[in-house]
Amino acid sequence: MADTRAIAVTVNGKVHRREVETRMTLADFLRHELELTGTHVGCEHGVCGACTVLIGGASARACLLLAVQCDGESITTVEGLAAGEQLNALQQAFQDNHGLQCGFCTPGMLITLTEFLRDHPDPSETEVREVLSGNLCRCTGYQPIVAAALDAAKRIREGA
Amino acid sequence: MKPAPFVYHDPRSLHEAAGMLASLENARVLAGGQSLMPMMNFRYVMPDHLIDLNKVGELAYLRFDAAALHIGAMTRQRELEFSAEIGTRCPLLHEALAHVGHRQTRNRGTIGGSLCHLDPSAELVNVTALLGGTLHAASQHGTRDIPFAEFAAAYMTTSLEADELLAGITLPLPDRRHGYAFVEFARRHGDFAIVACSALLGLDRNGDITQAALALSGLGPAPVRPALVERALIGQKPAGAAFKAAAAEAAKLEATADAYVTAAYRQHLARVLTFRALEQAARRAMEKTDG
Amino acid sequence: MMAGKSFGRPLKRKEDPALLRGEGRFVDDIHLSGMLHAAFVRSPHAHARVGRIDKRAALAVPGVHAVLIFADLPESVRRQTLPLLMPHPAIKQPLMPYALAKDETCYAGEPVACVVADSRYLAEDAAQLVEVDYEPLPAVGDCRAALDKDAALVHAASESNVAARFPIKVGDTDRAFSGAAHVFREKIYQHRGGAFFIECRGAVACHEAPSGSFTLYASSQGPHRLKRCMLDMFDLGDHQVRVITPDVGGGFGPKGSFYPEYVDIAVAAQALNRPVKWIEDRRENFLATHQERDQYWDMEIAVDRDAKILGVRGQLIHETGAYVPMGVVLPWITATTVPGPYVIPNYKLDVVSVFTNKIQTTPVRGAGRPEAVVTMERLMDRVARELKLDPAEVRRRNFIRPEQMPYKVGIIFRDGRPVTYDSGDYPACQAAALEVSGYAGFSLRQATARAQGRYLGIGISNTVEATGLGPYESATVRISTSGRIVVYTGATPQGQSHKTTLAQIAADQFGVDIKDVAVVTGDTATIALGIGTFAARTAVNAGSSVHIAAAEVAAKAKKIAAGMMECLEDDLELADGFVRLKSAPDVGKSLREIAVKSIGMLGFSMAGGLPPGLEHTAHFTPEQSVYANGTHVAEVEVDIETGAVSFLRYTAAHDCGRVINPMVVDGQVVGGVAHGVGNALYERMVYDENVQPVSTNFGEYLMPLATDVPHVDLVHLETPSPLNPLGLKGAGEGGTIGSIAAIISAVENALAPFGVTLAEAPISPQRIVELLGSHALGRTR
Repeated sequence: MADTRAIAVTVNGKVHRREVETRMTLADFLRHELELTGTHVGCEHGVCGACTVLIGGASARACLLLAVQCDGESITTVEGLAAGEQLNALQQAFQDNHGLQCGFCTPGMLITLTEFLRDHPDPSETEVREVLSGNLCRCTGYQPIVAAALDAAKRIREGA
Repeated sequence: MKPAPFVYHDPRSLHEAAGMLASLENARVLAGGQSLMPMMNFRYVMPDHLIDLNKVGELAYLRFDAAALHIGAMTRQRELEFSAEIGTRCPLLHEALAHVGHRQTRNRGTIGGSLCHLDPSAELVNVTALLGGTLHAASQHGTRDIPFAEFAAAYMTTSLEADELLAGITLPLPDRRHGYAFVEFARRHGDFAIVACSALLGLDRNGDITQAALALSGLGPAPVRPALVERALIGQKPAGAAFKAAAAEAAKLEATADAYVTAAYRQHLARVLTFRALEQAARRAMEKTDG
Repeated sequence: MMAGKSFGRPLKRKEDPALLRGEGRFVDDIHLSGMLHAAFVRSPHAHARVGRIDKRAALAVPGVHAVLIFADLPESVRRQTLPLLMPHPAIKQPLMPYALAKDETCYAGEPVACVVADSRYLAEDAAQLVEVDYEPLPAVGDCRAALDKDAALVHAASESNVAARFPIKVGDTDRAFSGAAHVFREKIYQHRGGAFFIECRGAVACHEAPSGSFTLYASSQGPHRLKRCMLDMFDLGDHQVRVITPDVGGGFGPKGSFYPEYVDIAVAAQALNRPVKWIEDRRENFLATHQERDQYWDMEIAVDRDAKILGVRGQLIHETGAYVPMGVVLPWITATTVPGPYVIPNYKLDVVSVFTNKIQTTPVRGAGRPEAVVTMERLMDRVARELKLDPAEVRRRNFIRPEQMPYKVGIIFRDGRPVTYDSGDYPACQAAALEVSGYAGFSLRQATARAQGRYLGIGISNTVEATGLGPYESATVRISTSGRIVVYTGATPQGQSHKTTLAQIAADQFGVDIKDVAVVTGDTATIALGIGTFAARTAVNAGSSVHIAAAEVAAKAKKIAAGMMECLEDDLELADGFVRLKSAPDVGKSLREIAVKSIGMLGFSMAGGLPPGLEHTAHFTPEQSVYANGTHVAEVEVDIETGAVSFLRYTAAHDCGRVINPMVVDGQVVGGVAHGVGNALYERMVYDENVQPVSTNFGEYLMPLATDVPHVDLVHLETPSPLNPLGLKGAGEGGTIGSIAAIISAVENALAPFGVTLAEAPISPQRIVELLGSHALGRTR
């Protein structure tokens, strides 16, 4: 008999109540229970960062969290960033700077940078590269992502 | 890579957690999850019971007294990183934390988890060794204080009994006048160090070394406090000759090899990093003497 | 060349909004009703005989629906191995795997059984319980040792470990070398790793019993190739297999292969009459996704007194792993890329491709060209060092000059055609790169740094790469009766922005914006023939096909409109969804009206004698590859005490002919350089003495991070190719092809004061310290 628990998790402002097996990771819960497939799975051992979400406003690897640990918690995923059809300033900066190619690492990058820019509104390039060191990208060589982050920081400071 | 099935437990108190640990067979304790969850996802470990400590509020605390820093085992690395008081009273810890993983891992990872996982080159383990920390173990039967020197039993194995949890750590605060340094060599930002070296140096009014502490990680299963090297520094001028000698001695420490790194390279790094750590600690000590 | 408002402009990508909102649709995002999940039992041994398999405990796990082994496969699958798509007479032993191990496994990770359950979690639980009787056999891990006459055999029943042998030659190297003023020998070891796309492989197989049809969703680089293999494996008709590739999270080569797992889940889907999904996890990705690995080069270069190359010759031992799915393509590309931009009248390389008990090697970004460039540029640096000349000057003296284009190198490329460089200005490219990189001022920077105890180095590499590989790519441009323009193509993007770039080409033919052109890729049901996206071929092939097809459709629209409007075609232009009079732009017919006209009306004869429909399909077939070129200049600092290498500057000059979207091309070059940084300094697949892969996670296999890669300064040159209508060349791999050589060269230059030379890649800090010996003591001496 599988060990299960009833949980209530708030994701992007909406409460979801489910009964889940206790070994189910948060990443799988989001992707397959809630069908929020924007959070991606790249390694399942906490290195690639493709599964990065915010839990209580702090970035974390969803592949290393159990869904049951998130009972009562508030999660933000990539689907929670844009307001409807309009991309937010960070997302727009990604498009403007060609900060994505295949798009698979992108949700994790966006979440990491959302937290980072909130806490560091005027970062240096070095600081941006350091915070991105927890997210792997194989397509872009990081340079356009760094450019997008600095561009977004500027726009947000200027009131975007 | 999905974990094998287990029964999940989320105790609300240390007492409850200790009771579970004593009564459940093949149980593992879950702290920040940054080390245990990958091992479970790979199925390198397959506990029948998982005891999640994240709701045991009493295990997360950060307190200072005149002489020491008292940290609950479940205190997140993030909290240590952003503590202004640690920045003032134990900046060595901040210097070490800058090398620990990444933003996402520090948000969840705990100091207790790092100490119990006991990776040979973990930065927090190194600092605990340098400061001569005391680990506070708790079980159904009570508490037990373990000096760090007795804490590492073997490769990635602590001396905690099967029914014991790490509840907290006490770190003696370094003398404010002492110079400190934490240096490491890792392949990439946030990686585990290949070798790390931390140092504390105390100088007298003449600028001679009166106290020296070094902790070298990455050579063997646990950080090494090279007592002979530390003693040899006493009475010396904090400059090239003494530091080169110390570095040369550090290179003679035994080191292990693995599929990626030779023992010789580790010993070479021990030499280089000891020199750099002592230089940096001396510079800081002299700034304080001048100031 | 037409000048339009889209072609050549850095337009923002159409792909981005959905991807940025997390609305991409990758294969693991596909949820089908009744879908089951597969996990594989894989051999833990590098080489083993497979005996009895006991499934009972696995089948007893609740939620498990099937455990497939070789004996459970249908007859058409059991009687053949997976197809070898690129046969070649040089292949001595065309050994390929079965869809599940028959009686022998030849690498750790080879699939032995397929478990299907309600969830991946349960499938993994059951997979652990499958009991397999393995009899471990001797295994070979080193491709040089594999050639020893008493080496163990990678395949127990074969006669040797040689997969293929072939020479590449032009001229007479014996004559060139005898009497040469200088001959220098270099033995070079190179190791590349895997693609390590962030999205692992995956597929979903569906079977429809009544028609016996399969639909396979696969994260691939070309669904048509997979379909062809499925037709062979299951002995089916064209109408019975559809392969769809959704969004793909990176491909870089290995997602172009046909893998056994696709067959296995299709078998399961048929047996269980339910869709079956398999998503590779990262550990499997290390074990079972094709990669590149070891090459051992033993080379000589002969030059005259003025450092002009008289000849290059040598041997290459290339590791192919356990099987040869791509035949000799990878070593052939390596061998034919060596001459690069230099005049080499006499060249001979004897290549042997050798089996080892490891996962097979197939092209990874660069496809063997990076290794060729490392080899050639090591030789050039050697000549410079020995003759005490500036490395840039040695190269300058040997460049093929632009007036020599088209230039016949004298060897045959893997496309079966003679290597003929169509266009390019190599001297100008190097000059531009050196200018931007501040090469002239480097000696002073280096000397100043040395006085401070810091060691800086600079390295140059020049590359010529075959791009735009044939045989063709397909494109159908269709305007439907709603007036909307759609492009269907066999090109299959994994991040290369085809949905934007191909729209740019088509949009200009119709005078519309790219938002008005939909590009549909990756579905064998939408277009019959297709090849796929790899080898930097899509701009040339698909771009040309889209251009040709769109031009045909535009011409037809004008023709039909001229008939409807009773005017001359020459009086008409296309703009904004209309065909209108140039002299009176508000007079015209909409594409919608024209399309409706084009399909005829029920019961009436077609007017005007034109074939029905407003569409055209083109398969641009290039006569040969087109040759892009580049120059990379890396400037590094080496910490001689730790061996750490950091970048000070990085310049990449590239010429990929006319550029559809400069922003996209820049992205390809910068991304390629980062991959090269990984191959030069970080990435290594480590095996133990039992040929067990040890580096099977991202903690031990080191990918370059944002903190590891340089900022790349880009220099653009444009010598259009005369061989396709738009003057295009490929851009996808150049960044990787030149970077490894430039970095190795720079590190060697930094270590020059200590007499250290490098003939290997990757190079690690530990290795640098080893080579430095006591010099690495630095200030601690």
